[in-house]
Amino acid sequence: MDKLKLIIKREFLAKVKNKSFIILTILSPLLMVGLFSLIIFLNEKNSEEVRNVAFVDESHQLASIFTDSESTKYINLTELGLDEAKLKTKELYYGLLYIQKNDSLKNLSKGITFFSEDTPSLNLLRDIEGMLEKEIRDLKITQLDVDIEKIKATETAVEITTENFLGEKSSKIGSILRMVVGGGFGYLIFMFIIIYGTSVMRSVIEEKTSRIIEVIISSVKPFQLMLGKIIGNALAGVLQFVIWMISLGFLMFAITSFFGVEIVSSSSSMAQMNPEILQQAQDTSINDLQLVLQEIKNLPILTMFFSFIIYFLGGYLIYSSIYAAIGAAVDSETDTQQFMMPVLMPLIIAIYVGFSVIENPHGPIALGFSLFPLTSPIVMLMRIPFGVPWWQIVTSMLLLIITFIAIVWFAAKIYRVGILMYGKKPTYKELYKWLKY
Amino acid sequence: MKNILTVENVCKNYGSFTALNNISITVPQGSVFGLLGPNGAGKTSLIRIINQITLPDKGTVFIDGEKLQQRHIQDIGYLPEERGLYKSMKVGEQVLYLAQLKGMSKSEAKKKLLYWFEKFEITDWWNKKIQELSKGMAQKVQFIVTVLHTPKLLIFDEPFSGFDPINANLIKDEILKLRDEGASIIFSTHRMESVEELCDYIALIDKSNKILDGKLGDIKQQFKTNQFEIGLLCNDKTALLNQIKSHFNLEDHKEATFNADLRMLATLKNGETSTDLIQFLNNKAQITHFTEIIPSANDIFIKAVANNG
Repeated sequence: MDKLKLIIKREFLAKVKNKSFIILTILSPLLMVGLFSLIIFLNEKNSEEVRNVAFVDESHQLASIFTDSESTKYINLTELGLDEAKLKTKELYYGLLYIQKNDSLKNLSKGITFFSEDTPSLNLLRDIEGMLEKEIRDLKITQLDVDIEKIKATETAVEITTENFLGEKSSKIGSILRMVVGGGFGYLIFMFIIIYGTSVMRSVIEEKTSRIIEVIISSVKPFQLMLGKIIGNALAGVLQFVIWMISLGFLMFAITSFFGVEIVSSSSSMAQMNPEILQQAQDTSINDLQLVLQEIKNLPILTMFFSFIIYFLGGYLIYSSIYAAIGAAVDSETDTQQFMMPVLMPLIIAIYVGFSVIENPHGPIALGFSLFPLTSPIVMLMRIPFGVPWWQIVTSMLLLIITFIAIVWFAAKIYRVGILMYGKKPTYKELYKWLKY
Repeated sequence: MKNILTVENVCKNYGSFTALNNISITVPQGSVFGLLGPNGAGKTSLIRIINQITLPDKGTVFIDGEKLQQRHIQDIGYLPEERGLYKSMKVGEQVLYLAQLKGMSKSEAKKKLLYWFEKFEITDWWNKKIQELSKGMAQKVQFIVTVLHTPKLLIFDEPFSGFDPINANLIKDEILKLRDEGASIIFSTHRMESVEELCDYIALIDKSNKILDGKLGDIKQQFKTNQFEIGLLCNDKTALLNQIKSHFNLEDHKEATFNADLRMLATLKNGETSTDLIQFLNNKAQITHFTEIIPSANDIFIKAVANNG
């Protein structure tokens, strides 16, 4: 037991003192925050840009709807006529909207063209289309001699609230939140298993190539060494995870409070052309925030926390013992290729399945892959925010633990023989033989 | 005499390959025991079983009269042929770690380590990484790792490979000193001159079987062929030569070498002793040279392996 502790300590320190570990641990949150800030910054820059859009309205019915917004200015060039307006726009403006002369309202919507040098922004076109549709509809209603106010009074917004049988409210935002949290957790486990599994493998190969292995296993059992290595690396992983989460949380808080005001202003600017929509948007954004907070409270946080730990450990232990066995079987990292694919396959499948599972968290695929031990750490974790029956969680954890024990047992056998084998590039057949030594 | 190590009827198979076939050896306490054999004979397999790296399929190993157990790990110091250290770990840290794995306390290990570092005059290496040291320097560190916990039984597998002659001598002297202090040493090598110098006992393993073992002196006795090298001064070489030929088996003779007119290798016939040979010669010529040919460890090795087919 003392020896295991010694090995864990050494492996942990060897990993943590490594320069690349230190750099990665410190730099990653900075990089992520930097990327996040860059996206916000670019968004800001984009929306700051004012587009000058000229229009020629030969129908003489629609000019009034083009009111300037923060990002778009409209210039009425109807007097110049289409040809001259085109020339002028080419020189001065972003684009030219041309509305054909048309006597009947029925055909007004046809023959509207947008001229521009480059492909115009889709958002801009959508905005203009929206404005035109609304105005033409209003004009048609007026033509039919119907009171617009009455029509407006009939407009109803329906929002279905969803609730489970226990009376807990849920919402679309909640589902999105669950998808993000579930997907994030699953992806995190995927990344950690690969990064730290590979690190265990490298460490085994290093002991083999530096030939210290025989000295060590004349003092401790190969199984102790393998276990110590796996646990030591896991602890380094947990440390890195904690540092990331804390610094990321801190930096995110700093960044959002720095950019915070501008984010709100930029999001409201889109709705500015219509005060009603703006009002609506503000209402929903307040509601959204409350809803998100509400939803976060509604998430099974305790279950998620513990299952994250158990599934992370289970998944990591299974895969890193496979990685350790691979490391023991080969002489150098270049020889690992043939064994890596079968290991990565279930993980990659799990990620793909996982992202379809969050669309349909209770289907048969979701159930199957969240019980299958090689994919369950990722898939089950993605499902848990949506609420999973207890028997499923317990079954999948039991399967995970049984598989873990079986795989560690096999891996230890291969490891024990492999670490003393040099100069042979092993085949699967040979690995099978090692199991029987 | 007490035996530090007894190996009884040990067998080891890897799949269909037999690495050790019913091997038994005994290593007397305080001796240097040479474990000899050609490449692939099974020496390393046997050493790994003694070190509990692998388990025998059959047979038993006793250390100091007790059946081999986990705790005997700290009674053994092992310098493997394939050796190395963590390249990016500092020397001091690394030796302390390996000593603790052998069951020493940290403070005790530190004390002993300082003693050895001073002895080898390498105290200033403490904070160097192994990758900054030369191969020979790293070997010295490795030697210290092997002996630091003062094991009762030391196993050296090709200890001199990688050392220059000066350092090889240093290590050889240290090995003998350790023996004098009471440790028993198993010494595996194919360098026969060092066997001659160091070993009290030997065992020869070839093709998974033990083909020879015992006290080196006894084995030499056993392998000697009653052959004598003789140098003579005389007047009539041809006549004398013929006389000798008629009485003894001559293998090879030379005329007029440095200090003799005749030099030859003579083998006694059954029942004859060296005295008979001397008396026979004494009347006929002046004897300048008379030595019994004792086979070297190298000769025995080659002969035994050749006989084993």
